[in-house]
Amino acid sequence: MSIDKFTTIKTPCVPIAIENVDTDQIIPARFLKATERKGFGDNLFRDWRYDKNNQPIALFPLNNPKYSGKILVGGKNFGSGSSREHAAWAIYDYGFKVVVSSFFADIFKGNALNNGLLPVQVSESFLQELFAEIEKNPDTEVEVNLEKQLVQIASTGRKETFEINSYKKECLLKGYDDIDYLLSIKNKIENYEKTRL
Amino acid sequence: MGKTLFDKVWDAHVVETIDGGPHVLYIDKHLIHEVTSPVAFLGLDNRGIKVFRPQHTVATPDHNVPTINQDLPIKDQLSKMQVDKLTENTTNHGITLYGLNHPYQGVVHVIGPELGITQPGMTIVCGDSHTATHGAFGSVAFGIGTSEVEMVLATQCIMQPKPKKMRITVTGKLGKGVTAKDLILYIISKISASGGTGYFIEYAGEAFTSLSMEGRMTVCNMSIECGARGGLIAPDETTFEYLKGREFSPKGAAWDKKLAYWKTLYSDKDAVFDKEIMFDAANIEPQITYGTNPGMGMGITQTVPVQTDVTYKKALEYMKVEAGKPIINTPVDYVFVGSCTNGRIEDLRQFANAVKGKKKAGHVTVWIVPGSKQVEKQAIEEGLDKILAEAGIALRQPGCSACLAMNDDKVPEGKLAVATSNRNFEGRQGPGSRTMLASPLTAAAVAIAGKIVDPR
Ligand code: SF4
Repeated sequence: MSIDKFTTIKTPCVPIAIENVDTDQIIPARFLKATERKGFGDNLFRDWRYDKNNQPIALFPLNNPKYSGKILVGGKNFGSGSSREHAAWAIYDYGFKVVVSSFFADIFKGNALNNGLLPVQVSESFLQELFAEIEKNPDTEVEVNLEKQLVQIASTGRKETFEINSYKKECLLKGYDDIDYLLSIKNKIENYEKTRL
Repeated sequence: MGKTLFDKVWDAHVVETIDGGPHVLYIDKHLIHEVTSPVAFLGLDNRGIKVFRPQHTVATPDHNVPTINQDLPIKDQLSKMQVDKLTENTTNHGITLYGLNHPYQGVVHVIGPELGITQPGMTIVCGDSHTATHGAFGSVAFGIGTSEVEMVLATQCIMQPKPKKMRITVTGKLGKGVTAKDLILYIISKISASGGTGYFIEYAGEAFTSLSMEGRMTVCNMSIECGARGGLIAPDETTFEYLKGREFSPKGAAWDKKLAYWKTLYSDKDAVFDKEIMFDAANIEPQITYGTNPGMGMGITQTVPVQTDVTYKKALEYMKVEAGKPIINTPVDYVFVGSCTNGRIEDLRQFANAVKGKKKAGHVTVWIVPGSKQVEKQAIEEGLDKILAEAGIALRQPGCSACLAMNDDKVPEGKLAVATSNRNFEGRQGPGSRTMLASPLTAAAVAIAGKIVDPR
């Protein structure tokens, strides 16, 4: 199975201005019982999004009609905690293509990249400027250009380059996944095994 | 220049290095469970391929299983479906499964070591972030996502950028009433929940070398809670002694050969780490967390730190604790002893010894969940279940249980639990539940007193 291709995107953002957003918040454990990869977006941020009577909590950004768009903006240390790939699936399934933060947990970053969800790490001051701009005007657009590794806030013109290793960048631009690659080097893997006997 | 322990193990498993990209890393042992594997098997089916090296993967259901009446069919239909799927997938692909009621079933990270599957110098992965536990044996072990589970099933390899290396040295021995759990909670509180991100940690110094294997596993287990991919400790006599005679440990000439290799697994004197941190064991008292990530911890006699940022305030509000105040004497509703952090026999012994001849506080619900079938059996053989029963506490059956509350073991909304597991995130132990992490010794003292107390 390949992943969706990613090139550029320009859209408004949904802000979650909290640090250390962990994968238990992104998708609580009780929603991990599926044996297929479907519908996880419905339970994205379940316990922040709905109250105990399953009523939407109006103040939570995902429920607030003034926010929309395909970019999720989170505070520092986004995606810490469990290795559950369901977290990346839920964010992607909900409709986001990019997550912007000033710091990502390692496993989350890897999981996101393996699913065509682009983690864009920016400086803390860029992040704070972005939060402030969205607060002022929820329609603030952000452009992410993967080819140029560039992220830009449309209203202020502030831009930054972001890091991504060249292999993963290529995979995302072309829609390749790692398994395709690994299967293509099976000979090498078998040769390696012989050296370990 | 010399190599670190981590370099020695990692470099020996690199099949290929991609320009500007990750390494193709060969995996010696792969552990799977019912929650993060079904979609990976689905991926294989969609590609029409079989598992490449089924003998290198071991499966057990743990995350989602009930901890009472395990001999009866699972009531929760979704949980049952996942457990059944694991049986179906492992049968189809010829993978060893220790299913429910099998004498070897248990939490993945508890059974690997106790069966001797986990050995020094190996690369070990599992779709669970606490795979770092196995680093206690000097292996490179880390958690992976489901896409990577699929990669390992398909090719026995994953693609990983090589992490940076950090060494944390703790000099001196731990004081009375201070355990491995306190040691690691102390470290995380000092370097924060993200202080280890991007790194693999080697733990060195007397505080670690003087620990039992169980204690070392507790330490390595929580490496992920400071953001590190994993943590490891150089193997030594304690390690070799532990491994001798275990079910899958090498025997005879094979043992001698392996042992000779294992003895080369240490960081060379002139090896260079990207970061070094030092602590003194004398400064560590029993720890407790007060917030909503494992980095928000402190000595049990301390007062909750005062900070002003939004995230911090939100955490304290959720936990109903006050900045600047002590948390000692706070009433507690639940006590949970278990998980891959503190669900091994040594933990159950510590807890049982501490409650021996006493009664649990009336208002406290106590869940004691052994990490595996073998731990349960051993506990019963040693009569720990009787000691617990006299204290008014039942010994449950093995599984992850309230560590992540996927099964029925959920702490109700608003209730406060003292848990020996590894995460105190909002709602981790059930929607709206509040968790304070501590050692089995502290958990025992709390179970008796019904409130937060110093176990010393
Ligand atoms: S006990 Fe908790 S941390 Fe350990 S494997 Fe189970 S869910 Fe993961």
